[in-house]
Amino acid sequence: MKNLLVSSAIAGALMLAGTPAFAYKIFVSNERGNDITVLDSENFEVIDTFDVGQRPRGIAVSPDGKSLYVCTSDDDIIKEFSTETYEFIRTLPSGPDPELLVVSPDGTRLYAANEDDNLVTIINLETGARVVEVPVGVEPEGMGISPDGQTVVNTSETTNMAHFIDKDSQQITANVLVDSRPRFAQYKADGSEIWVSAEIGGTVSVIDAESKQIKEKITFEIQGIRSEAIQPVGVRITPDDAKAYVALGPANRVAVVDANTYEVLDYLLVGQRVWQLAFSPDAEHLFTTNGISNDISIVDVSEDEVIKSVQVGQQPWGVAVADVD
Amino acid sequence: MSEAVSTERSATNKALDNEPSGFSGKAYAICAGGIIWREALRFLHQRERFVSALVRPLLWLFIFAAGFRQVLGVSIVPPYQTYILYEVYITPGLIGMILLFNGMQSSLSMVYDRETGTMKTLLVSPLPRWYLLVSKLAAGVAVGILQVYVFLAIAWFWDVQPNWIGYLYVLPALILTGLMLGSLGMLLSSLVQQLENFAGIMNFVIFPMYFASSALYPLWRVQESSPLLHTICLFNPFTHAVELVRFALYQQFNLEAFLIVIGCTVFFLGAAIIAYDPARGTIARKKQG
Repeated sequence: MKNLLVSSAIAGALMLAGTPAFAYKIFVSNERGNDITVLDSENFEVIDTFDVGQRPRGIAVSPDGKSLYVCTSDDDIIKEFSTETYEFIRTLPSGPDPELLVVSPDGTRLYAANEDDNLVTIINLETGARVVEVPVGVEPEGMGISPDGQTVVNTSETTNMAHFIDKDSQQITANVLVDSRPRFAQYKADGSEIWVSAEIGGTVSVIDAESKQIKEKITFEIQGIRSEAIQPVGVRITPDDAKAYVALGPANRVAVVDANTYEVLDYLLVGQRVWQLAFSPDAEHLFTTNGISNDISIVDVSEDEVIKSVQVGQQPWGVAVADVD
Repeated sequence: MSEAVSTERSATNKALDNEPSGFSGKAYAICAGGIIWREALRFLHQRERFVSALVRPLLWLFIFAAGFRQVLGVSIVPPYQTYILYEVYITPGLIGMILLFNGMQSSLSMVYDRETGTMKTLLVSPLPRWYLLVSKLAAGVAVGILQVYVFLAIAWFWDVQPNWIGYLYVLPALILTGLMLGSLGMLLSSLVQQLENFAGIMNFVIFPMYFASSALYPLWRVQESSPLLHTICLFNPFTHAVELVRFALYQQFNLEAFLIVIGCTVFFLGAAIIAYDPARGTIARKKQG
């Protein structure tokens, strides 16, 4: 009997040891499918799909992992859903055609770029009310936030600028001209740099956070792919600031860039028209949405190898990861 | 003259009928060792053959695949789990090509051996005829597998980098594929009398087998352009050999391909053994003719 108990205890311990360290869910917004696909972190399989509204694009998860915010662009609002039950919680006010959004690190504010009215909407997440609208350039899209939450960077597609908005004054403090059609802004984890991708320009501008000067412009070249097809969109930098990943749109590649030397290390083949990127909570995997091939690709970050591609809904656009531990 | 030949043949047959019921394991080992050693010597002395057998698939990999890199289209087919470059797709097909050419070439050498008379030295061995043929086949397969691994080593530098375990998993698939293609070549070699005729058969066998298969394009792509060609591909044992290798290289087992390849191997080898049988086979008939 004693032996049986010991064996059971060992077996139980082994089973627990087999459980992945980080359990999380991957949420993918399907622009044409008007829904969100949910995948698990164990086998990267689709576990659920739920309707959210018209043309969902930018999505983000609250810092506590409980809420999912979705820009339903054609409904002209932002919707909040539970990451556990996928139930609709509330709507949040935005301007017309919200496209991308970021949540402040403390989870109290949400910043959304409204493509059609040249405004960035600041929303108080505690009250669910609009705090203020900050006028920016024409066709605002990319939204980045500094690790301390003090500065928000918005990119405007037609003005070709990165606008720096101060959290307290809610005013633009600096404008930096970048290459044509800037799509995305991403801060380094140490807050020293902002990387801004330019879709038509085909570059990523690295802006010094302090001086607001462009310190480097990263270009891309892929053998056998014409340069017009290389269109940088989503950008993500590893939490240790060692490597950056840049989605290159119709080039169907994700560029791996050394975040210190700015040298392109590799190009990873993924699905068609790769758009947005997101890391797993442990940053061991990177997820890419591939709009034309209707799937996401999963990259092993330590090996820089695409391990799997999984079909999701119609025209996947945004991707966010919620830690459900 | 023909009477003399006939008398000689019946004497041989009698000798075979009276052959001892069993040989020691040592006798079998000596025989197999001799055949394999001869094949190894031939291989070592014909370095050009080895190099040319490697150049062929490498040209396909470096030049043909480079041109098709972006053309093939995007789709995920098992055993792959994500998007792959054309170079990666074509590699198992090129492995099949190496084994196909190798199988045919070693059979070609059997026709040559027959013409030069070396074959007689082999066939006078008192050991069973099937054993001699299988030993010859095994020697050819060993040479082919060596060529495949050298090719895979070069392809690794061309970004064709399966998991290292895949290189082990693929070995049984290579042996089976090599045996199937080698025994097919052996069967064909029994049908031709002269070296010149063999070249024609190679053209009628190698190229159709290679092109009407999944070696160059996935079957869904073939089906899109021609359902008839797709059906032909499905009936081509080479398609299944390539798929067996493709799955094994990515540590997966394709049961359907395995059963078809093993079935074809048994059929081709059985037919070749019968064809080389001095009493019943095509060789005997040719001599009679």
